Amino acid sequence: MFGKLTIAAVPYDNPIVMSAVVFMALVMVVILGFITYYGKWTYLWKEWLTSLDHKKIGVMYIILAFVMLLRGLVDAVMMRAQQAMAVGASDGFLPPHHYDQIFSAHGTIMIVFMAMPFLTGLMNIVVPLQIGTRDVAFPFLNSVSLWLTVSGAALVLVSLVVGQFSTAGWTGYPPYSELKYSPGVGVDYWIWPLLISGVGTTMTGINFLVTLLMQRAPGMTLMKMPLFSWTALCTSILMVLAFPALTVVTALLGLDRYLGMHFFTNGGGGNMMNYANLFWIWGHPEVYIVILPAFGVYSEVVATFSSKRLFGYTSLVYATIVIALLSFTVWVHHFFTMGAGPNVNAVFGIATMIIAVPTGVKIFDWLLTMYRGRIRFTTPMLWTLGFIPTFAIGGMTGVLMAVPPADFMMHNSEFLVAHFHNMLIPGALFGYLAGYAYWFPKAFGFRLNEKWGRRAFWNWLLGFYLAFMPLYMLGFMGMPRRMEHYSNPEWQPYLLVAALGAFLIVIGIACLVIQLMVSIRERHLTRDLSGDPWDGRTLEWSTSSPPPVYNFAVLPVVKDIDAFMDMKEEGVAHRGQAGYEDIYLPRNTGVGFIMGGLSFLFGFAMIWHVWWAAIVLALLLLGMVIVRGSVDETEYRLSASEVEAIELTRSRVQEAARTERPPPGPYAPSLSSQV
Amino acid sequence: MRRDILQKIVGFLVMVLVVGMSLLLTACSPEGYVLLEPKGPVGLSERNLILTTIGLMLIVVIPVFVMTFWFAWKYRASNIHAAYTPRWSYSGPIEVLVWLIPSIIVTILGVLAWTSSHNLNPYKPIDPAVPPLRIEVIALDWKWLFIYPDQGIATVNQVVIPVNVPVAFEITSDTVMNSFFIPRLGGQIYAMAGMETSLHLMADKPGSYFGENTQYSGLGFPYQHFEAIAKPRRDFDKWVAQMKKSTRTLDRHSYSELARPSVRNPVTHYSSVQPRLFEDVMAKYRQDGMEKTPMQDQRAL
Repeated sequence: MFGKLTIAAVPYDNPIVMSAVVFMALVMVVILGFITYYGKWTYLWKEWLTSLDHKKIGVMYIILAFVMLLRGLVDAVMMRAQQAMAVGASDGFLPPHHYDQIFSAHGTIMIVFMAMPFLTGLMNIVVPLQIGTRDVAFPFLNSVSLWLTVSGAALVLVSLVVGQFSTAGWTGYPPYSELKYSPGVGVDYWIWPLLISGVGTTMTGINFLVTLLMQRAPGMTLMKMPLFSWTALCTSILMVLAFPALTVVTALLGLDRYLGMHFFTNGGGGNMMNYANLFWIWGHPEVYIVILPAFGVYSEVVATFSSKRLFGYTSLVYATIVIALLSFTVWVHHFFTMGAGPNVNAVFGIATMIIAVPTGVKIFDWLLTMYRGRIRFTTPMLWTLGFIPTFAIGGMTGVLMAVPPADFMMHNSEFLVAHFHNMLIPGALFGYLAGYAYWFPKAFGFRLNEKWGRRAFWNWLLGFYLAFMPLYMLGFMGMPRRMEHYSNPEWQPYLLVAALGAFLIVIGIACLVIQLMVSIRERHLTRDLSGDPWDGRTLEWSTSSPPPVYNFAVLPVVKDIDAFMDMKEEGVAHRGQAGYEDIYLPRNTGVGFIMGGLSFLFGFAMIWHVWWAAIVLALLLLGMVIVRGSVDETEYRLSASEVEAIELTRSRVQEAARTERPPPGPYAPSLSSQV
Repeated sequence: MRRDILQKIVGFLVMVLVVGMSLLLTACSPEGYVLLEPKGPVGLSERNLILTTIGLMLIVVIPVFVMTFWFAWKYRASNIHAAYTPRWSYSGPIEVLVWLIPSIIVTILGVLAWTSSHNLNPYKPIDPAVPPLRIEVIALDWKWLFIYPDQGIATVNQVVIPVNVPVAFEITSDTVMNSFFIPRLGGQIYAMAGMETSLHLMADKPGSYFGENTQYSGLGFPYQHFEAIAKPRRDFDKWVAQMKKSTRTLDRHSYSELARPSVRNPVTHYSSVQPRLFEDVMAKYRQDGMEKTPMQDQRAL
């Protein structure tokens, strides 16, 4: 009846897990209680869960990312605490089986369920506004993608309570992840979230690819498209091309595990080397899927807060394209030690190094954008300034490991762990946090608190250096990754420093949480009615904050790279608009949400081998597709007169705010006095 | 005035760099930094390669640091005396420079990557004129088995090699993928079931060196290390003779006992080994060797 699922699957005897479960349950109860108390269920359903508005979908993605960031952080802290203690006679506080699940969950969550939703959320909020369109190309698909991602994340979270997560690391290398060596449900709890959310991500890629290619505002040629949109375009292409490889490789592993096939098993004709190749054909482009949007954020932030045109726009665009192309040519560098010949290793090593060239160009172009600018040290700019030198260190260690014989020494070591955190924390997360602070006023109409933002930044930056520089040293001391216990006491001091760094990062994240609460409470102080709080340069700043549901009543006409700055300089930025026409907008629908819920249950049924439920749920999912396919009225009409009514009030408020605070001309940075 | 500030900043940065490098160097002198104090030619070449690469990359990294702090300070919004060119966004010569300098460095590094990949190819014998000592390595859950096919002896969790004699490790796995690594002697290579990889290493100083598996392989993974002992040739020969006196022998039966998953296996010596044990272990996973070998069913333990 319930497949492999029994009551024994809940780890009652593990106090750490159970206290986490109780804590999560309490948080859930409090949140649900608040919603009920304030009677917000209808609002939540009508305005958010069923919404097809790209801005709201983006916000929900980022909420998911923050929730998963907290979970991944708890994992990280537990690992650092365990490694700080578990030397020699001490076993630390985590049983090995638990530690091994934690490092697997940490990687999976941070890459697939923190970074991916975060960047997808930013793309959702910003891209349509930045290219001057009213929504993404396929709004319903967008909602399905979101809820598939949420259902994948929920499955990972559920593994904590019911059953266990994989111990095979976020890469899930066979043969260890095969049934013979990992007989429990752990690896299945890894496969199904990746399959479900992977489908969602592929669809996101298609959606944004089409949006960016087909829906740009009149006049916005590709070479006038803002850099963030360019990176979103390249990321979408990578998503479309790379994610199917992940779907295939996890599905093949699933076939091995569920149907006794032999793709990657020891023996029976299986070969795990195929897995390594397929996995990293997704895995390496994935690094750039995650990093490129952050590069886009940095490009926007550095130009805005240097009050200056972006230096080397064309170079930056080509550098982005080159990085995206090359990202498919380097996957072997993840396993130079698999025993390929020197020609193969050298070719992939050199291809890897070549990526350093466009990346270096980007770094210098950002620096040259600052050169002869007027730099305002707002929070987004601080994240950018922290990123540039820190990322250069990560680039150095990356090129080092691109030399195959050097990699023979560094592979699988703490040096590697330090390296990829060095790329992903400053390279991606700092960028997302910069984007979060930068576009928050666009999404909500008020700025985030600067003081707590700065505190978050400094704790993060210092915490990062303390947490990861010792790991580089440990790599030179020969310490492998994923050690739940070690016998060499010489390693411990470094791990203690790293634990201290993790503690500072916790404070950094606490500052972010406080920042959000303080900002909401004091939103009257940072309210922005002008729609342009930073003296922005691109189109998203031309509409109000938050933008009307249709973003632009009249689609803007673009003449320059910095379209909005160009309009401001020409004095045509806020010229009264006329000639409103009917606007067609997507109707809200609960189908995406329901499909997410069904996928979650389907994944759960598959994990526990509840075959009848899986079949029923699969049929229901198919049914939902048919239901949606037979809906004719997917849009509603906002008539020209309704648009005009909205626009009149909207533009009056916006104009009043602009005259009250004189529009910050390009030569007079408006915020220098405040920060 | 501005020049003063600039000089101070540059002075400060130089100081930070000098102090940092010297801290790094003193920190690197303790014995703990096994990668920086190799005990064999392969390890030495790999270490030198690492240091050369870091040096070359610093040519880019240091200017990035300097420019970040310098520009951020000099062009801060409150410094209204600094030049301000809001529309300046292109300069041909600078563009050429920012593409050219990284390209040159990467070209140099690329040549280095190509030559070093060939010179330090793990399959390449260290000295073609000297026949190496052959050692067959089998990764097990969670220990390492070393077979000396020419001496007819075997050890668990300890490998003894003569100093200044090239050693050819032939490596496979009778379980999940492992990675065989003796940091003092040189880089690692994977051990995979049904397949053979090899690693040519040599110790040029006697001593006891730490060896490990770096690829997570399950619960016993943190304890899966071994000792690599390098002895002068004469002592090595004595050790082999002594090994021959051990009462333990490694045959089909004792191997299947050994192959059972176990943690913290004591060092074990075998005075004789069943011939072709290594080949049999590989054959049981091989498609082309699907004919039933004596070893085939032993993993089902």
